[in-house]
Amino acid sequence: MTNPDPLATTPAPDFSDKPVVISVKGVNKTFRIPLQKVESIKERAVHPFRKQQFRELRALQDINFEVRQGEFFGIVGRNGSGKSTLLKILASIYKADTGRVQIAGRLAPFIELGGGFNYDLTAFDNVVMNGVMMGLSRQEAAQRLNRVVEFAELEEFTELKLKNYSSGMMVRLAFSLMMQADADLMLIDEVLAVGDASFQQKCADAFAAMRDAGKTIILVTHDMAAVENFCHRAMLIENGRMIEHGEPRSVARSYLRTNFSEESRQVESMGLTESGEAVEEEFNAESAIQSRRLDAWLEDESGQRVSNVEVGTPLRFGLTLQAIYDLEKPLLSFQISNPNHVQVLGFTKTFDIEEGQEDVIPAGERITIRGEVENQLTPGRYIFACWLTRNRGAPDRVVQGIPMFEFMVFGLKSSPGLVEANAEVDAKFGAAAEPVSEADPDE
Amino acid sequence: MSESTPELKDIPGPTPLGGGARRSLDLLYLIAVNDFKKTYFDTVLGYIWSLFRPLILFAVLLFVFTQIFRVGSQVEHYPVLLLFNIVIFTFFQEATIASVGSVVGQEGIVRKTQFPRLVIPLAVVLTALFNFGVNLIVVLIFLLASGVPVEWTWLLFPFMIAILTVITVAVCLLVSSLYVRFRDVGIIWGVLATALFYATPVLYPIEIVPERFHDIALANPLTPLFIELRYLVIDNSAPTAVDAAGGWLGLLPAVAIAIALCLIAVKVFSREAPRIAEEL
Repeated sequence: MTNPDPLATTPAPDFSDKPVVISVKGVNKTFRIPLQKVESIKERAVHPFRKQQFRELRALQDINFEVRQGEFFGIVGRNGSGKSTLLKILASIYKADTGRVQIAGRLAPFIELGGGFNYDLTAFDNVVMNGVMMGLSRQEAAQRLNRVVEFAELEEFTELKLKNYSSGMMVRLAFSLMMQADADLMLIDEVLAVGDASFQQKCADAFAAMRDAGKTIILVTHDMAAVENFCHRAMLIENGRMIEHGEPRSVARSYLRTNFSEESRQVESMGLTESGEAVEEEFNAESAIQSRRLDAWLEDESGQRVSNVEVGTPLRFGLTLQAIYDLEKPLLSFQISNPNHVQVLGFTKTFDIEEGQEDVIPAGERITIRGEVENQLTPGRYIFACWLTRNRGAPDRVVQGIPMFEFMVFGLKSSPGLVEANAEVDAKFGAAAEPVSEADPDE
Repeated sequence: MSESTPELKDIPGPTPLGGGARRSLDLLYLIAVNDFKKTYFDTVLGYIWSLFRPLILFAVLLFVFTQIFRVGSQVEHYPVLLLFNIVIFTFFQEATIASVGSVVGQEGIVRKTQFPRLVIPLAVVLTALFNFGVNLIVVLIFLLASGVPVEWTWLLFPFMIAILTVITVAVCLLVSSLYVRFRDVGIIWGVLATALFYATPVLYPIEIVPERFHDIALANPLTPLFIELRYLVIDNSAPTAVDAAGGWLGLLPAVAIAIALCLIAVKVFSREAPRIAEEL
């Protein structure tokens, strides 16, 4: 959701005097995943004594939280973290193994946009069905039709079967139904990333309206901007456990941090990613091995090694090399590029030598380079690399490529392009009377 | 938005009948009507097709049993009886076979919404009942045209159909919930349903079954129903179920089996219902 929400700036209202409407205590859920699914009675008959093997997947472990009336509560977590399972337990679709879930008020029985649609039926029939699912009588459900199709801007298509709807129309209908649901509590799973820009805006407005109308909403999402914009409170689930619970902004940050560190771990365990390998090949093709990379890292302010940094945080890096041959007049060229091999920035470094010292690194010697780079990178994945140049005079320059590491830049808003820069722009009526100072990208 | 303080209640979890009886009834009606629409609205002849199957079956069987095996020639009103029985059995067969995959077929609803699971197989039975009702009109016309006298005993017909419906529902609950875990229930029931078609006095009247098989035949809960229905509607001189069983005690096995079937079905379905969303 790129649209800034005007409500985001209002101070968080206090809900402590409101009644608790959702109470979840000590909920556990374990799925037994058969290692070999017995789907036929014959298999049972042939192997009556073979014990069915199960792998236990602990989807949720000791989840506790309360939501008060009127709160907009966000649940975030990576895919497979258990957040949808939790939602399904709240919606009475799954049964919790242990623990207690209590709810006050009427709960909308949908957890997914368009959940329960029957594509062989007309929009009209689906609206009625949906209304009855919400607990309306058939007459009330039919009366609701006009409001629903009006919001969805689908007045002319009520008699069209859903299978003939475009995906955009479907989403509009589904969202409209949800908006008209008229339940006290709503559970919403991943809905914001749908529809075109104008409909997204409409959804954002509708969410804000629902929030302001005092509905209690639980939103499960990956969209951290939505969490920050809409939620009063949020919680982070990781591997079925509640990791953090509280203010949306800090939960959103934690999510981004855990998400990306996990991704980077995977990158490391697989060796380099595709793009990394490509870089290495590129390096080796034209390189002569003169030094060995002993270590390369990215660290945070406290010296802790990290594999991702937040937007705007300076990039503190380090590199330890061991020379294989004597390296005369060594020059290090660092570069940061994106996975598409576009170099974003680069800088060079010669060795700091003392007066009278020869500019040579003797074979076998170890050197450590540390540095800090201003970070204007937009969120995304980057590759940090180094080229070692041994300058033996112009004709036979030898270059060795040294891949260092990959890292992620994370942030809450996505920006176009690769770098962020301050820009000052004037826009005025009339022809240019006086030259307008150009936006300075380096500012 | 109510500002009153609502009371915290334990959530029901997935149940066979979640969300109240009226909601379930409305959903039942809508699903059945929608199924009906879906099946017949896109076809050229529409509803006629649902009559087509029993009528063709009737024509073939009538030819076989009057022209080749000549069983029918010894039986009063044989063509009417045959059509009558086929239409009734078609209801049972259609409902039970369609219900097998019904819960799995409504996966989208079951996994994504809080839906009373019981409604799904019940809706299948209801749709089959619609079809049955309309087919009965054809049977009635045939009955009157072939000179079967109108009797007061016809009033008991709905009562017998109610019993048949209960048995049908029980079978539907059983097969639809077991199918979620054991997919070969579909095949097994297909074969069993065909076997039942021959084991139940549909094609033949009970009196031509050799005496020594009567006990076995009468243990099938459908058998006394068909015997009684024939007596009530087609032929007052035909034996009643009690006559055929040699007294009330003879009906005991069938009644016991029917009751056991219902109890097991309810038990199995309510055990499986909460887990359906996970097993799918």
